[in-house]
Amino acid sequence: MSEAFDITQIQNIIDIAIPHCSDIGVQVESLSNDSVVMKLPYDERFVGNPVTGVLHGGIVTTLIDTTSGMCIYAKLQKYIPIATLDLRIDYLKSAEPGKDVLAEATCYRLTRQIGFVRAVAYHDNPDDPIANSVSTFMLHSSASMPLDRVSTEEGGNS
Amino acid sequence: MTESSSEEFLQKILKAKEEKNWSAIADLIPYFNYLGMEVLDRENELICRIPQNKKFTGNPTLPAIHGGVVGAFLESTALVHLLVTQEITQLPKIITFTIDYLRSAKVDECFAEAVITKPGRRVANMRVRAWQKDRSKPIATANANFLVS
Repeated sequence: MSEAFDITQIQNIIDIAIPHCSDIGVQVESLSNDSVVMKLPYDERFVGNPVTGVLHGGIVTTLIDTTSGMCIYAKLQKYIPIATLDLRIDYLKSAEPGKDVLAEATCYRLTRQIGFVRAVAYHDNPDDPIANSVSTFMLHSSASMPLDRVSTEEGGNS
Repeated sequence: MTESSSEEFLQKILKAKEEKNWSAIADLIPYFNYLGMEVLDRENELICRIPQNKKFTGNPTLPAIHGGVVGAFLESTALVHLLVTQEITQLPKIITFTIDYLRSAKVDECFAEAVITKPGRRVANMRVRAWQKDRSKPIATANANFLVS
């Protein structure tokens, strides 16, 4: 499974090697060298406003952070250890209760040490975003095992 | 959804504030429950805490907490601080959130504190800081703007 860099492989890594992502149920929607789209199914556990049922901003942050990191892997076509350095999110409008949230991330610049990413979160159309984000990632952030190896070694439970 | 339930929600928050029953505030918001967030009042200092939980793991090789959880915890801490310290007429809404990750967070309990940099009439500007065992070694800091009216 190491040669193909595809949705099934990434979804498998998410489900096995990233416990938080599997817990919140994120799914890879589409994938190319230039961008990654991931979906967070609506879940009442993540509501931030119990009156309206609108999701908490924090769970949107998690989706954006995950998708942004993933688009660096997609651009590199490999799983090196990376770490978010900084992340800025503008919340443009409230998410609609009951609807899944998608995030599309693009790595628009990659240097030897840093990845620069922009991302949007939306329901139906990336041109009508819920949130806009820019972030930077450290590449080769640690000497730890790449994620694809973790997922093949039975979840890499510590 | 309706005006009355929104009013009811606000009343519950006001009641919790009156009784200094901070856990009631955390209980009102489902995502705070998901995080298992607690609000500690230590010598007039509000500190939020999330417990150690494997479901927060974002990188099992280190192992480290997912950056999204750290971000969400900081945003939640800022919101709790606003609810508790400010006179509110509605649930504040996040507008911008900027986080700097300073250290990788171990899969262990986290603490955070918020300060209001500017309590504006319409927008509150906040600084938030999270740490684990050693308070002088923050794992992340954030800047947040909330719409408060």
